Amino acid sequence: MTNEEIIERIDRSIAEEFEIDPEEMKPEKTLFQDLGLDSLDIVDLVIVLETAFRFKIREEEGIRKIRTLGDIHAFVILKKNELESLPR
Amino acid sequence: MPLKRVVITGMGALSPFGRGIDTMMDALLRGESGVRILPGLADIRGIRTRVAALVPGIDAGEIPRKYRRSMSAMSVFAALAAGDAIAQAGLSGDLVRGGRLGVSIGSTIGSPNTTQAFFDDFRSDNSVERMKSGVFFHIMNHSCAANVVHMLGITGRTVAPSAACSTGSLAVGYGAEMISAGKQDMMVCGGADEFHPLTAATFDIMNAASTRFNDSPASTPRPFDRDRDGVVCAEGSGILVLEALDSALRRNAEILAEITGFASTSDPESIANPNAGNIAHCMRQALQDAGIGAEGIDYVNAHATGTELGDIAESEAIHSVFGNRISTSSLKGNLGHAMAASGALEMAASVEMIRREFLLPTHNLANVDPLCASVAHVREVTRRRIDTVMKNNFALGGVNSSLIIRRFRQ
Repeated sequence: MTNEEIIERIDRSIAEEFEIDPEEMKPEKTLFQDLGLDSLDIVDLVIVLETAFRFKIREEEGIRKIRTLGDIHAFVILKKNELESLPR
Repeated sequence: MPLKRVVITGMGALSPFGRGIDTMMDALLRGESGVRILPGLADIRGIRTRVAALVPGIDAGEIPRKYRRSMSAMSVFAALAAGDAIAQAGLSGDLVRGGRLGVSIGSTIGSPNTTQAFFDDFRSDNSVERMKSGVFFHIMNHSCAANVVHMLGITGRTVAPSAACSTGSLAVGYGAEMISAGKQDMMVCGGADEFHPLTAATFDIMNAASTRFNDSPASTPRPFDRDRDGVVCAEGSGILVLEALDSALRRNAEILAEITGFASTSDPESIANPNAGNIAHCMRQALQDAGIGAEGIDYVNAHATGTELGDIAESEAIHSVFGNRISTSSLKGNLGHAMAASGALEMAASVEMIRREFLLPTHNLANVDPLCASVAHVREVTRRRIDTVMKNNFALGGVNSSLIIRRFRQ
Protein backbone atom coordinates (compact mmCIF):
# COMPACT_ATOMS: atom_id res chain seq x y z
CA MET A 1 0.00 0.00 0.00
CA THR A 2 1.48 3.34 -1.00
CA ASN A 3 1.42 6.38 1.26
CA GLU A 4 -1.10 7.99 -1.08
CA GLU A 5 -3.36 4.96 -0.79
CA ILE A 6 -3.03 5.04 2.99
CA ILE A 7 -3.96 8.73 3.10
CA GLU A 8 -6.86 8.17 0.74
CA ARG A 9 -8.21 5.35 2.92
CA ILE A 10 -7.80 7.40 6.11
CA ASP A 11 -9.61 10.37 4.65
CA ARG A 12 -12.42 8.28 3.20
CA SER A 13 -12.95 6.31 6.42
CA ILE A 14 -12.99 9.38 8.64
CA ALA A 15 -15.18 11.41 6.31
CA GLU A 16 -17.67 8.57 6.12
CA GLU A 17 -17.75 7.84 9.86
CA PHE A 18 -18.05 11.44 10.96
CA GLU A 19 -20.08 12.70 7.98
CA ILE A 20 -17.49 15.28 7.00
CA ASP A 21 -17.47 16.87 3.56
CA PRO A 22 -14.56 15.20 1.69
CA GLU A 23 -13.49 18.68 0.57
CA GLU A 24 -12.72 19.45 4.20
CA MET A 25 -10.24 16.61 4.50
CA LYS A 26 -7.03 18.66 4.32
CA PRO A 27 -3.89 17.66 6.26
CA GLU A 28 -3.66 20.98 8.07
CA LYS A 29 -7.17 20.71 9.50
CA THR A 30 -7.32 20.25 13.27
CA LEU A 31 -9.59 17.46 14.46
CA PHE A 32 -11.36 19.37 17.23
CA GLN A 33 -11.44 22.95 15.96
CA ASP A 34 -11.71 22.52 12.21
CA LEU A 35 -13.38 19.12 11.74
CA GLY A 36 -15.65 19.41 14.76
CA LEU A 37 -14.72 16.16 16.48
CA ASP A 38 -14.73 15.74 20.26
CA SER A 39 -13.37 13.32 22.84
CA LEU A 40 -16.08 10.70 22.18
CA ASP A 41 -15.31 10.86 18.48
CA ILE A 42 -11.65 10.18 19.18
CA VAL A 43 -12.64 6.88 20.81
CA ASP A 44 -14.46 5.96 17.63
CA LEU A 45 -11.69 7.35 15.42
CA VAL A 46 -9.28 4.79 16.87
CA ILE A 47 -11.73 1.99 16.05
CA VAL A 48 -12.25 3.34 12.54
CA LEU A 49 -8.49 3.31 11.92
CA GLU A 50 -8.00 -0.09 13.56
CA THR A 51 -10.74 -1.53 11.36
CA ALA A 52 -9.47 0.13 8.18
CA PHE A 53 -5.85 -0.95 8.64
CA ARG A 54 -6.23 -4.11 10.76
CA PHE A 55 -3.83 -3.00 13.47
CA LYS A 56 -4.13 -2.15 17.17
CA ILE A 57 -3.24 1.40 18.14
CA ARG A 58 -5.37 2.23 21.17
CA GLU A 59 -2.47 1.93 23.60
CA GLU A 60 0.03 3.75 21.38
CA GLU A 61 1.58 6.79 23.03
CA GLY A 62 1.73 8.58 19.68
CA ILE A 63 -2.05 8.90 19.48
CA ARG A 64 -2.11 11.43 22.28
CA LYS A 65 0.02 13.81 20.21
CA ILE A 66 -2.34 13.85 17.24
CA ARG A 67 -3.88 17.26 16.58
CA THR A 68 -4.43 17.44 12.84
CA LEU A 69 -5.53 15.17 10.02
CA GLY A 70 -1.93 15.32 8.80
CA ASP A 71 -0.80 13.97 12.18
CA ILE A 72 -3.06 10.97 11.60
CA HIS A 73 -1.63 10.45 8.12
CA ALA A 74 1.91 10.49 9.52
CA PHE A 75 1.02 8.29 12.50
CA VAL A 76 -0.64 5.60 10.38
CA ILE A 77 2.09 5.62 7.73
CA LEU A 78 4.72 5.21 10.45
CA LYS A 79 2.73 2.44 12.11
CA LYS A 80 2.22 0.60 8.81
CA ASN A 81 5.91 0.86 8.02
CA GLU A 82 6.80 -0.46 11.48
CA LEU A 83 4.51 -3.43 11.09
CA GLU A 84 5.73 -4.20 7.58
CA SER A 85 9.37 -4.12 8.71
CA LEU A 86 8.74 -6.72 11.40
CA PRO A 87 9.82 -10.27 10.59
CA ARG A 88 6.79 -12.31 9.54
CA MET B 1 -48.93 26.02 49.26
CA PRO B 2 -51.78 25.55 46.76
CA LEU B 3 -51.09 23.15 43.89
CA LYS B 4 -50.80 24.60 40.42
CA ARG B 5 -53.11 23.76 37.53
CA VAL B 6 -51.36 21.91 34.70
CA VAL B 7 -52.17 22.38 31.04
CA ILE B 8 -50.95 20.93 27.75
CA THR B 9 -49.44 23.46 25.35
CA GLY B 10 -47.66 21.26 22.80
CA MET B 11 -47.80 17.75 21.35
CA GLY B 12 -45.68 15.67 19.01
CA ALA B 13 -46.13 12.19 17.59
CA LEU B 14 -44.12 9.63 15.69
CA SER B 15 -46.67 6.92 15.07
CA PRO B 16 -47.08 4.00 12.67
CA PHE B 17 -48.75 6.57 10.41
CA GLY B 18 -45.65 8.78 10.31
CA ARG B 19 -44.70 12.07 11.87
CA GLY B 20 -47.11 14.56 13.34
CA ILE B 21 -50.32 14.76 15.32
CA ASP B 22 -52.36 15.72 12.24
CA THR B 23 -50.94 12.78 10.28
CA MET B 24 -51.99 10.42 13.06
CA MET B 25 -55.43 11.98 13.52
CA ASP B 26 -56.17 11.97 9.78
CA ALA B 27 -55.35 8.25 9.60
CA LEU B 28 -57.39 7.47 12.71
CA LEU B 29 -60.35 9.40 11.32
CA ARG B 30 -60.14 7.44 8.08
CA GLY B 31 -60.06 4.20 10.05
CA GLU B 32 -56.66 3.19 8.74
CA SER B 33 -54.40 0.55 10.21
CA GLY B 34 -50.68 0.98 10.79
CA VAL B 35 -50.15 -2.77 11.03
CA ARG B 36 -48.13 -4.49 8.32
CA ILE B 37 -46.63 -7.89 7.63
CA LEU B 38 -43.02 -7.86 8.82
CA PRO B 39 -41.26 -10.41 6.61
CA GLY B 40 -38.23 -10.76 8.89
CA LEU B 41 -40.33 -12.34 11.63
CA ALA B 42 -40.85 -15.44 9.50
CA ASP B 43 -37.12 -16.13 9.74
CA ILE B 44 -37.15 -16.35 13.53
CA ARG B 45 -37.63 -19.84 14.91
CA GLY B 46 -40.39 -20.12 17.45
CA ILE B 47 -42.12 -16.80 16.82
CA ARG B 48 -45.63 -17.10 15.46
CA THR B 49 -46.73 -13.53 14.99
CA ARG B 50 -45.77 -12.00 11.63
CA VAL B 51 -47.19 -8.50 11.98
CA ALA B 52 -46.11 -5.21 13.55
CA ALA B 53 -46.76 -1.49 13.26
CA LEU B 54 -43.53 0.36 12.51
CA VAL B 55 -42.88 4.06 12.05
CA PRO B 56 -42.51 4.68 8.30
CA GLY B 57 -40.26 7.04 6.40
CA ILE B 58 -38.39 8.90 9.12
CA ASP B 59 -35.18 10.63 8.08
CA ALA B 60 -32.95 10.88 11.13
CA GLY B 61 -30.51 12.88 9.02
CA GLU B 62 -32.13 16.14 10.09
CA ILE B 63 -30.65 15.54 13.55
CA PRO B 64 -27.02 16.72 13.61
CA ARG B 65 -24.54 13.85 13.91
CA LYS B 66 -23.27 15.20 17.22
CA TYR B 67 -26.67 14.39 18.74
CA ARG B 68 -27.63 11.48 16.52
CA ARG B 69 -24.58 9.39 17.42
CA SER B 70 -25.97 8.71 20.88
CA MET B 71 -29.46 7.86 19.59
CA SER B 72 -31.02 4.57 18.65
CA ALA B 73 -34.32 4.64 16.77
CA MET B 74 -36.36 5.20 19.94
CA SER B 75 -34.39 8.33 20.82
CA VAL B 76 -34.71 9.60 17.26
CA PHE B 77 -38.49 9.19 17.58
CA ALA B 78 -38.53 10.93 20.97
CA ALA B 79 -36.27 13.77 19.86
CA LEU B 80 -38.28 14.55 16.72
CA ALA B 81 -41.59 14.35 18.61
CA ALA B 82 -40.22 16.53 21.43
CA GLY B 83 -38.95 19.10 18.96
CA ASP B 84 -42.37 19.23 17.30
CA ALA B 85 -44.14 19.52 20.67
CA ILE B 86 -41.89 22.37 21.80
CA ALA B 87 -42.40 24.12 18.48
CA GLN B 88 -46.17 23.90 18.89
CA ALA B 89 -45.88 25.18 22.46
CA GLY B 90 -43.93 28.12 21.09
CA LEU B 91 -41.24 27.89 23.76
CA SER B 92 -38.33 30.24 23.14
CA GLY B 93 -34.75 29.06 23.35
CA ASP B 94 -34.36 30.99 26.58
CA LEU B 95 -37.28 29.15 28.15
CA VAL B 96 -36.03 25.78 26.96
CA ARG B 97 -32.57 26.41 28.38
CA GLY B 98 -33.66 28.39 31.41
CA GLY B 99 -33.94 25.61 33.98
CA ARG B 100 -37.71 25.79 34.46
CA LEU B 101 -38.29 23.18 31.74
CA GLY B 102 -37.65 19.54 32.64
CA VAL B 103 -37.97 16.20 30.93
CA SER B 104 -39.96 13.10 31.88
CA ILE B 105 -39.61 10.58 29.07
CA GLY B 106 -39.27 6.82 29.37
CA SER B 107 -38.96 3.65 27.35
CA THR B 108 -39.59 0.02 28.16
CA ILE B 109 -35.90 -0.85 27.97
CA GLY B 110 -32.80 0.71 26.46
CA SER B 111 -32.31 0.08 22.75
CA PRO B 112 -32.78 -3.65 22.10
CA ASN B 113 -31.33 -3.26 18.60
CA THR B 114 -28.08 -1.71 19.84
CA THR B 115 -27.93 -4.22 22.68
CA GLN B 116 -28.20 -7.04 20.16
CA ALA B 117 -25.59 -5.49 17.87
CA PHE B 118 -23.18 -5.09 20.77
CA PHE B 119 -23.57 -8.65 22.01
CA ASP B 120 -23.43 -10.09 18.48
CA ASP B 121 -20.05 -8.42 18.05
CA PHE B 122 -18.85 -9.08 21.60
CA ARG B 123 -19.74 -12.76 21.49
CA SER B 124 -18.08 -13.27 18.11
CA ASP B 125 -14.61 -13.22 19.69
CA ASN B 126 -15.14 -12.17 23.32
CA SER B 127 -13.77 -8.71 22.54
CA VAL B 128 -14.86 -5.15 23.26
CA GLU B 129 -12.18 -3.70 21.01
CA ARG B 130 -14.74 -2.61 18.42
CA MET B 131 -17.17 -1.09 20.92
CA LYS B 132 -18.02 2.44 19.85
CA SER B 133 -18.51 5.28 22.28
CA GLY B 134 -22.22 5.59 21.50
CA VAL B 135 -23.22 2.10 22.64
CA PHE B 136 -23.90 2.96 26.26
CA PHE B 137 -25.87 6.06 25.33
CA HIS B 138 -28.20 3.88 23.23
CA ILE B 139 -28.77 1.20 25.83
CA MET B 140 -28.91 3.15 29.09
CA ASN B 141 -32.39 3.22 30.56
CA HIS B 142 -32.77 6.99 30.28
CA SER B 143 -31.51 7.11 26.70
CA CYS B 144 -34.59 8.85 25.27
CA ALA B 145 -34.78 11.45 28.03
CA ALA B 146 -31.06 12.20 27.91
CA ASN B 147 -31.01 12.51 24.14
CA VAL B 148 -33.96 14.89 24.17
CA VAL B 149 -32.19 16.96 26.84
CA HIS B 150 -29.01 17.20 24.79
CA MET B 151 -30.57 17.89 21.44
CA LEU B 152 -32.84 20.61 22.77
CA GLY B 153 -30.50 22.10 25.38
CA ILE B 154 -32.82 21.54 28.34
CA THR B 155 -31.34 22.24 31.78
CA GLY B 156 -34.15 21.37 34.22
CA ARG B 157 -34.88 18.00 35.77
CA THR B 158 -34.53 14.70 33.94
CA VAL B 159 -36.59 11.72 34.96
CA ALA B 160 -37.07 8.58 32.92
CA PRO B 161 -39.90 6.46 34.29
CA SER B 162 -39.98 2.90 33.04
CA ALA B 163 -42.99 0.66 33.52
CA ALA B 164 -43.49 -1.14 30.21
CA CYS B 165 -46.87 -0.24 28.69
CA SER B 166 -47.66 2.33 31.41
CA THR B 167 -44.44 4.26 30.80
CA GLY B 168 -45.87 7.06 28.68
CA SER B 169 -48.78 7.70 31.01
CA LEU B 170 -46.60 7.58 34.09
CA ALA B 171 -44.15 9.99 32.51
CA VAL B 172 -46.96 12.45 31.86
CA GLY B 173 -48.47 11.92 35.31
CA TYR B 174 -45.21 12.41 37.16
CA GLY B 175 -44.37 15.42 35.01
CA ALA B 176 -47.75 16.94 35.84
CA GLU B 177 -47.15 16.37 39.55
CA MET B 178 -43.79 18.16 39.39
CA ILE B 179 -45.41 21.17 37.79
CA SER B 180 -48.33 21.02 40.16
CA ALA B 181 -45.92 21.06 43.09
CA GLY B 182 -44.11 24.04 41.64
CA LYS B 183 -40.83 22.21 41.06
CA GLN B 184 -40.80 23.00 37.33
CA ASP B 185 -42.89 25.34 35.19
CA MET B 186 -42.83 23.13 32.12
CA MET B 187 -42.14 19.46 31.44
CA VAL B 188 -41.57 17.61 28.17
CA CYS B 189 -43.28 14.29 28.87
CA GLY B 190 -43.99 11.01 27.14
CA GLY B 191 -42.54 7.76 25.98
CA ALA B 192 -40.82 6.05 23.09
CA ASP B 193 -39.93 2.56 21.97
CA GLU B 194 -38.41 0.90 18.94
CA PHE B 195 -39.49 -2.43 17.54
CA HIS B 196 -37.39 -5.54 18.09
CA PRO B 197 -38.48 -9.17 17.79
CA LEU B 198 -37.81 -9.48 21.52
CA THR B 199 -40.90 -7.37 22.18
CA ALA B 200 -43.14 -9.45 19.93
CA ALA B 201 -41.67 -12.64 21.34
CA THR B 202 -42.36 -11.49 24.89
CA PHE B 203 -46.07 -11.49 24.15
CA ASP B 204 -45.94 -14.46 21.78
CA ILE B 205 -44.44 -16.88 24.30
CA MET B 206 -47.16 -15.89 26.78
CA ASN B 207 -49.76 -16.61 24.07
CA ALA B 208 -50.68 -12.93 24.11
CA ALA B 209 -49.50 -11.87 20.62
CA SER B 210 -51.81 -11.88 17.62
CA THR B 211 -51.06 -14.83 15.33
CA ARG B 212 -54.26 -15.61 13.44
CA PHE B 213 -54.28 -12.54 11.20
CA ASN B 214 -50.77 -12.79 9.80
CA ASP B 215 -52.14 -12.64 6.24
CA SER B 216 -54.56 -9.78 6.90
CA PRO B 217 -52.57 -7.40 9.12
CA ALA B 218 -55.15 -4.58 9.05
CA SER B 219 -57.58 -6.95 10.78
CA THR B 220 -55.54 -7.10 13.97
CA PRO B 221 -55.34 -6.27 16.84
CA ARG B 222 -59.03 -6.42 17.71
CA PRO B 223 -59.62 -4.82 21.11
CA PHE B 224 -62.84 -5.99 22.79
CA ASP B 225 -63.75 -8.10 19.76
CA ARG B 226 -64.97 -11.66 20.05
CA ASP B 227 -62.20 -12.84 17.72
CA ARG B 228 -59.29 -10.92 19.24
CA ASP B 229 -56.16 -12.96 19.64
CA GLY B 230 -53.56 -10.71 21.16
CA VAL B 231 -51.23 -7.75 20.94
CA VAL B 232 -49.61 -6.36 17.80
CA CYS B 233 -46.37 -4.65 18.72
CA ALA B 234 -45.70 -1.17 17.43
CA GLU B 235 -43.13 1.57 17.86
CA GLY B 236 -42.98 5.35 17.97
CA SER B 237 -43.09 8.22 20.40
CA GLY B 238 -45.71 10.47 21.87
CA ILE B 239 -44.61 13.67 23.61
CA LEU B 240 -46.61 16.34 25.41
CA VAL B 241 -45.43 19.70 26.70
CA LEU B 242 -47.05 20.25 30.08
CA GLU B 243 -47.03 23.67 31.63
CA ALA B 244 -48.23 25.44 34.73
CA LEU B 245 -51.34 27.39 33.87
CA ASP B 246 -49.86 30.66 35.12
CA SER B 247 -46.81 30.14 32.88
CA ALA B 248 -48.97 29.37 29.83
CA LEU B 249 -51.21 32.40 30.45
CA ARG B 250 -48.19 34.63 30.97
CA ARG B 251 -46.84 33.55 27.59
CA ASN B 252 -50.24 33.81 25.99
CA ALA B 253 -49.77 30.22 24.80
CA GLU B 254 -52.52 28.24 23.14
CA ILE B 255 -53.83 25.82 25.74
CA LEU B 256 -54.81 22.48 24.22
CA ALA B 257 -56.30 20.84 27.32
CA GLU B 258 -55.83 20.54 31.07
CA ILE B 259 -54.65 17.56 33.09
CA THR B 260 -56.85 17.41 36.16
CA GLY B 261 -56.22 13.98 37.62
CA PHE B 262 -53.63 11.22 37.79
CA ALA B 263 -53.26 7.99 39.68
CA SER B 264 -50.98 5.01 39.54
CA THR B 265 -51.35 1.80 41.49
CA SER B 266 -49.31 -1.36 41.76
CA ASP B 267 -50.82 -4.79 41.37
CA PRO B 268 -49.11 -7.45 43.46
CA GLU B 269 -51.60 -10.15 42.44
CA SER B 270 -49.78 -11.13 39.27
CA ILE B 271 -46.75 -9.83 37.44
CA ALA B 272 -48.43 -10.54 34.10
CA ASN B 273 -52.20 -10.72 34.42
CA PRO B 274 -54.36 -7.64 34.95
CA ASN B 275 -56.82 -7.49 37.82
CA ALA B 276 -60.16 -5.75 37.35
CA GLY B 277 -60.44 -4.69 40.96
CA ASN B 278 -57.05 -3.09 40.96
CA ILE B 279 -57.67 -1.32 37.66
CA ALA B 280 -60.94 0.05 39.01
CA HIS B 281 -59.14 1.23 42.14
CA CYS B 282 -56.66 3.13 39.95
CA MET B 283 -59.45 4.84 38.03
CA ARG B 284 -61.26 5.79 41.24
CA GLN B 285 -58.08 7.29 42.63
CA ALA B 286 -57.68 9.38 39.47
CA LEU B 287 -61.24 10.63 39.88
CA GLN B 288 -60.49 11.49 43.50
CA ASP B 289 -57.33 13.30 42.42
CA ALA B 290 -59.42 15.36 39.98
CA GLY B 291 -62.04 15.97 42.65
CA ILE B 292 -64.87 14.64 40.49
CA GLY B 293 -67.22 11.69 40.46
CA ALA B 294 -67.62 9.08 37.74
CA GLU B 295 -70.36 11.22 36.18
CA GLY B 296 -67.68 13.83 35.48
CA ILE B 297 -66.06 11.69 32.76
CA ASP B 298 -67.48 11.76 29.22
CA TYR B 299 -65.31 9.14 27.55
CA VAL B 300 -62.76 6.47 28.46
CA ASN B 301 -59.79 5.95 26.18
CA ALA B 302 -58.99 2.38 27.11
CA HIS B 303 -55.67 0.62 27.28
CA ALA B 304 -57.31 -2.44 25.65
CA THR B 305 -54.59 -4.13 23.64
CA GLY B 306 -56.62 -6.98 22.20
CA THR B 307 -55.55 -9.68 24.64
CA GLU B 308 -58.07 -12.20 25.89
CA LEU B 309 -57.76 -11.42 29.60
CA GLY B 310 -56.72 -7.78 29.58
CA ASP B 311 -59.71 -6.50 27.62
CA ILE B 312 -62.16 -8.36 29.88
CA ALA B 313 -60.52 -7.07 33.06
CA GLU B 314 -60.52 -3.49 31.79
CA SER B 315 -64.15 -3.70 30.60
CA GLU B 316 -65.22 -5.02 33.99
CA ALA B 317 -63.23 -2.34 35.76
CA ILE B 318 -64.64 0.47 33.62
CA HIS B 319 -68.14 -0.89 34.18
CA SER B 320 -67.66 -1.09 37.93
CA VAL B 321 -66.60 2.56 38.06
CA PHE B 322 -68.79 4.12 35.39
CA GLY B 323 -71.66 1.72 34.75
CA ASN B 324 -72.63 0.59 31.27
CA ARG B 325 -73.25 3.95 29.57
CA ILE B 326 -69.74 5.31 29.43
CA SER B 327 -68.40 5.77 25.90
CA THR B 328 -65.25 3.71 25.53
CA SER B 329 -62.79 2.93 22.76
CA SER B 330 -59.24 1.76 22.23
CA LEU B 331 -56.95 3.14 19.54
CA LYS B 332 -54.72 0.08 19.45
CA GLY B 333 -56.82 -1.43 16.67
CA ASN B 334 -55.29 1.26 14.43
CA LEU B 335 -51.97 1.96 16.09
CA GLY B 336 -50.99 -1.42 17.48
CA HIS B 337 -49.35 -1.33 20.86
CA ALA B 338 -46.46 1.11 20.84
CA MET B 339 -45.43 0.09 24.36
CA ALA B 340 -43.90 3.05 26.21
CA ALA B 341 -45.13 5.38 23.49
CA SER B 342 -48.72 4.16 23.57
CA GLY B 343 -49.94 6.14 26.57
CA ALA B 344 -48.71 9.50 25.30
CA LEU B 345 -49.79 8.84 21.69
CA GLU B 346 -53.28 7.88 22.85
CA MET B 347 -53.36 10.86 25.19
CA ALA B 348 -52.50 13.19 22.32
CA ALA B 349 -55.31 11.65 20.27
CA SER B 350 -57.66 12.06 23.23
CA VAL B 351 -56.75 15.75 23.49
CA GLU B 352 -57.55 16.09 19.80
CA MET B 353 -60.90 14.34 20.29
CA ILE B 354 -61.77 17.00 22.88
CA ARG B 355 -60.61 19.80 20.60
CA ARG B 356 -62.12 18.49 17.35
CA GLU B 357 -65.31 17.31 19.02
CA PHE B 358 -65.55 13.73 17.84
CA LEU B 359 -64.97 10.27 19.28
CA LEU B 360 -62.83 7.72 17.52
CA PRO B 361 -64.04 4.13 17.43
CA THR B 362 -62.22 0.91 18.22
CA HIS B 363 -60.87 -0.32 14.90
CA ASN B 364 -61.59 -3.99 14.14
CA LEU B 365 -64.37 -4.18 16.71
CA ALA B 366 -66.82 -6.16 14.59
CA ASN B 367 -68.48 -8.33 17.22
CA VAL B 368 -68.22 -7.23 20.82
CA ASP B 369 -67.14 -10.06 23.09
CA PRO B 370 -70.03 -10.61 25.52
CA LEU B 371 -67.47 -10.53 28.32
CA CYS B 372 -66.46 -7.03 27.22
CA ALA B 373 -69.98 -5.78 26.57
CA SER B 374 -70.57 -3.96 29.83
CA VAL B 375 -69.48 -0.57 28.49
CA ALA B 376 -70.75 1.62 25.61
CA HIS B 377 -68.30 0.85 22.84
CA VAL B 378 -67.71 3.59 20.27
CA ARG B 379 -68.27 1.72 16.99
CA GLU B 380 -67.90 4.54 14.46
CA VAL B 381 -66.55 8.05 14.27
CA THR B 382 -69.06 9.96 16.35
CA ARG B 383 -69.42 13.72 16.26
CA ARG B 384 -69.84 14.74 19.86
CA ARG B 385 -68.53 17.42 22.15
CA ILE B 386 -66.80 15.86 25.12
CA ASP B 387 -65.11 17.74 27.92
CA THR B 388 -63.38 15.06 29.98
CA VAL B 389 -61.45 11.92 29.11
CA MET B 390 -60.07 9.20 31.31
CA LYS B 391 -56.97 7.68 29.75
CA ASN B 392 -55.96 4.24 31.01
CA ASN B 393 -52.76 2.29 30.64
CA PHE B 394 -51.76 -0.94 32.36
CA ALA B 395 -48.42 -2.66 32.25
CA LEU B 396 -46.75 -6.02 32.53
CA GLY B 397 -45.15 -5.92 35.92
CA GLY B 398 -48.41 -4.80 37.50
CA VAL B 399 -48.31 -1.01 37.08
CA ASN B 400 -51.63 0.72 36.44
CA SER B 401 -52.11 4.34 35.46
CA SER B 402 -55.09 6.56 34.79
CA LEU B 403 -55.02 10.20 33.71
CA ILE B 404 -57.89 12.64 33.41
CA ILE B 405 -57.80 15.28 30.69
CA ARG B 406 -60.32 18.12 30.50
CA ARG B 407 -61.24 20.77 27.98
CA PHE B 408 -59.56 23.93 29.21
CA ARG B 409 -61.66 26.64 30.73
CA GLN B 410 -60.43 29.52 32.87
